[in-house]
Amino acid sequence: MTKNLRVKSSEYIDETNRISFKFNGKTYHGFKGDTLASALLANNVHLVGRSFKYHRPRGIMTSGSEEPNAIVQVNPGTNRTEPNVRATEVEIYEGLEASSQNCWPSVEFDIGGINNFLSPFFPAGFYYKTFMWPASFWEKYEFFIRHSAGLGKSPTSSDPDIYDHRNIHCDVLVVGAGLSGILAAKNAAKNNFKTLLVDEKNELGGSTIYENNEFNKIDNKAPSEWLKKEIEELKNIKNLEIKTRTSVAAYHQYNYLLAKENLTDHIEAKDKTNKIRQRLLKIRAKKVILATGALERPLIFNNNDRPGIMLSSAIKKYSEFYGVACGSKNVFFTNNDSAYESALSLYNKGINVEAIVDIREQSESKIVKKVKEADIKVYWSHSIVDTAGYKRLNSISIMKLSNDGTSVTGSKISISCDCLGVAGGWTPAVHLYTQSGNKLKFDEEKQIFLPNQNSSKQISIGSCCGDFKIDEIIKNLNLKLKDNLNIKETDLDNIKVEIDQENSKRNIWLLPSDKPLGKTKPFVDYQNDATAKDIKLALREGFRSIEHVKRYTTTGMGTDQGKLGNMHALGIIADTADVKMGELGTTTFRPPYTPLTFGTIVGRNVGKFFDIFRRTPMNDWHVENKAEFENVGQWKRAWYYPINGETMHQAVQRESKAARESAGILDASTLGKIDIQGSDASEFLNRVYTNAWSKLAIGKCRYGLMLNEDGMVYDDGVTTRLDENHYIMTTTTGGAANVLGKLEDYLQTEWPELDVYLTSVTDHYATASLCGPNSKKILKKIIPDLDLSDENFPHMSFKDTKIGNIKCRIMRISFTGEHSYEINVQASYGKDLWEKCIEAGKEFNITPYGTETMHLLRAEKGFIIVGQDTDGTMTPIDLQMDWIVSKKKYDFIGKRSLYRSDTMREDRKQLVGLLTDDPNIVLEEGAQIVSELNQSPVEMLGHVTSSYFSPNLNKSIALAVVRGGKDMMGKQLFVPMENKNINVTVANPVFYDEKNERLNA
Amino acid sequence: MFLINCPYCGERDQQEFKAGGEAHIERPKQPTELSDDEWAEYLFMRKNIKGVQFERWNHAHGCRKWFNMVRDTSNDEIKAIYKMGEKPPAQ
Repeated sequence: MTKNLRVKSSEYIDETNRISFKFNGKTYHGFKGDTLASALLANNVHLVGRSFKYHRPRGIMTSGSEEPNAIVQVNPGTNRTEPNVRATEVEIYEGLEASSQNCWPSVEFDIGGINNFLSPFFPAGFYYKTFMWPASFWEKYEFFIRHSAGLGKSPTSSDPDIYDHRNIHCDVLVVGAGLSGILAAKNAAKNNFKTLLVDEKNELGGSTIYENNEFNKIDNKAPSEWLKKEIEELKNIKNLEIKTRTSVAAYHQYNYLLAKENLTDHIEAKDKTNKIRQRLLKIRAKKVILATGALERPLIFNNNDRPGIMLSSAIKKYSEFYGVACGSKNVFFTNNDSAYESALSLYNKGINVEAIVDIREQSESKIVKKVKEADIKVYWSHSIVDTAGYKRLNSISIMKLSNDGTSVTGSKISISCDCLGVAGGWTPAVHLYTQSGNKLKFDEEKQIFLPNQNSSKQISIGSCCGDFKIDEIIKNLNLKLKDNLNIKETDLDNIKVEIDQENSKRNIWLLPSDKPLGKTKPFVDYQNDATAKDIKLALREGFRSIEHVKRYTTTGMGTDQGKLGNMHALGIIADTADVKMGELGTTTFRPPYTPLTFGTIVGRNVGKFFDIFRRTPMNDWHVENKAEFENVGQWKRAWYYPINGETMHQAVQRESKAARESAGILDASTLGKIDIQGSDASEFLNRVYTNAWSKLAIGKCRYGLMLNEDGMVYDDGVTTRLDENHYIMTTTTGGAANVLGKLEDYLQTEWPELDVYLTSVTDHYATASLCGPNSKKILKKIIPDLDLSDENFPHMSFKDTKIGNIKCRIMRISFTGEHSYEINVQASYGKDLWEKCIEAGKEFNITPYGTETMHLLRAEKGFIIVGQDTDGTMTPIDLQMDWIVSKKKYDFIGKRSLYRSDTMREDRKQLVGLLTDDPNIVLEEGAQIVSELNQSPVEMLGHVTSSYFSPNLNKSIALAVVRGGKDMMGKQLFVPMENKNINVTVANPVFYDEKNERLNA
Repeated sequence: MFLINCPYCGERDQQEFKAGGEAHIERPKQPTELSDDEWAEYLFMRKNIKGVQFERWNHAHGCRKWFNMVRDTSNDEIKAIYKMGEKPPAQ
């Protein structure tokens, strides 16, 4: 049976509320308030995982979000499973299940553990070096590497939980609710700043809340007692919002921060239903106060990774906060006074402390004396040279450290122990500070990187800016608060702080062993198994930049992002390369500080809310009539209307024939529509289109081509002159927003003198395009009063009229080459208009057709589609559309570029028609075109841009861009495909009704 | 995410805006008079400075107005914002 290491009731643990949970299939018990880590430790379970590369047994090292080893799979096998969760952050609840990762078949017996014994063959860069040869084998290597690597498993079914986003605007955001964060938030809120205080833990107070150092007093009280009173007072302050279980993931420019608020991860599964699991807080704060604290550093020595080796501060937290003894024979290894506090904490609870190994020569602080009084043996000037115990630490070996700290001397002493607390000093958590774009400075004395500046928008307070003593913290934060928030008095002015704390420290980044480095395993990055010798190897191989060493050795690249070991990696590099830490710099601190779930990032934007989509007013009719839809930009457009189980090809062939033989109808509502008004409207169109507009009569329509300033075709469409100073422009469906943006740009920035106003009216009108030889008769039935004769209403003209009482604009324009009308009504009448047309067209077998048939019909006529037959590299000349480029106009957008030497080249790719020799073969769009089959390499002449089987011509037709194609009429070319070469002939791109006779049919 | 002070609407989140490249490049009044090189200079050449840069921005999902911004590209500090047609602030 496992023993119970619960030592003392803690006010944060509710021992009346017993909770059972499973770890690796075995049931354990803990109490309300436990984390998975504290509950496992209480059950004497240290071994919780295997390392990434060598599969070494690993235990719980820390008590917080910096944990590198104890990462587990939560609720494996369920749809709520989550990989790579830190056991130190999981609050236990009834029914929780968790399992170890990266081990098979079990954490106790892991096949991959063989890697540990092969480790001499796995140096830094092993994979890069080994799996390079032969290159063609990479795919095979990759298969095995992927199967042996990897941490947890992602869920395979969809996430049952709800996630949310919330925008928060506040005057002051305080990150971290330790001593300094609480005091800052309290004073900010009291001075009428709308304040938000966030902390990743479930309890406020940071480490001070269980601080028991008897030599420290605030207003004659123990700091923990004093702080509890302060926290109690927070509840009554208006203006202050407090969020616990909320970790700031990212700190972007202009005080924009992202935080993850955890709402249901700590409650039982049955209570999670219909609740928001996690909420992404998007915070824009006028001022940010960083009180993110400091992380304790480990020490880097031989075999420093065994289960049972923990941070000294974590051992203290487990005993003081969770009431758990991490071991029964404890030893501490330290370079400063912190370990003595932890040792005393255990001692005072009656937990056995065997010894303290201190690499310093001496310390005379009160707390050290107190430890000596407690009869705890201290080995001064000693270092650990090795540890033993495979799945749990059982002993350490120590030796005397030389004066310069580079070697060990004398005889080896072995100390039996089951838990070792290491204390290597403190590293300020400057992650968020640097994410915000600020630079760090290196403090040589304290051997830490510190924030280099505060600004009116951001300050760092407490231990994250290097203040470690309570008196310093309170004094400095008081000054900073007054200055930053511009307040005269705070309730910190009269606080009395007594303190007896020494910051003496002997910093040695890599501790020596009696064995040569090559025979030792001093881990720097625990999760990725990067050792000090890997780092030194990287340096020997010529890596100098810290960023390169990081990637080569994978130091700091685990899910913990090297929160513990990065400083040591820098230190070892600095020592080895003999450069100063400050000059070496750090690797980039990138968001997120702790991992975010995908759910939190996407929030509510899942399923049908994943992306915005737009539907036309006729959409319901299309749905009722079983249309298939296609996405065009954000629009859902009817693609084709299959009947009686038709395939797409069959439906399109039928629709295309019907439109030419009798009548077809297309929902053209998605075309962009821009209303253009103003006394300079004609001049404006002259400048933005390639052709001339001044002489266009009122009531007439004209097709226009718009170029970019580089001369390439940008958009096209028909514009109608409604009145002297009033036009309506249509654009392509996908280009509408960009065209409006571009036109606005020119109007506002280049031609502000023009009196022109642009309004997007795309959504205001619904458009039905009626086409085919019977379209006239159908329209006549709908509007009997309108004179539809060619004299009164010729092609390319417009009528403002009414259908019954409903106003409508009808343009007689054609994208199919047939006699056709585009009928525009107010959007809300769109479906009504559509149904009227269908009803009136019944006797003519009116056939609704979708975008696919539209594409086919226009291809028969050789009409381009911008974006399909053009790709931003085609000029109007390349498209053989010289006719639309005005020679007379002095200037228009893109004109000058048409005369650049490059755009005037004869051998540019030009639009041509292609006919396959076998009329039944339909080319593939995108297929390459060549003139010679036996060349090597084959010269690509161009590619197919549009290709269809034309039911009206009963043959395959295609449009293509071909280098020098203009002069190739009738020439035989080839389209080489996977299994065959297709013979094609260059043809006129207008395949159908070359003389445009059908427009007036 | 910048916080951009649109001269017409006030402070808004960056996601409402669209960047429009270098500012104060005037479209030549008489393009046909220019050599290919001169036209190419206008058409293609942009400075892309590390440091203080003059940029055009558009409040695309707001008032749709274009305006100018002086931004230090090395730290994204927005030093000034001014309307189209206004003189850039002295450096």
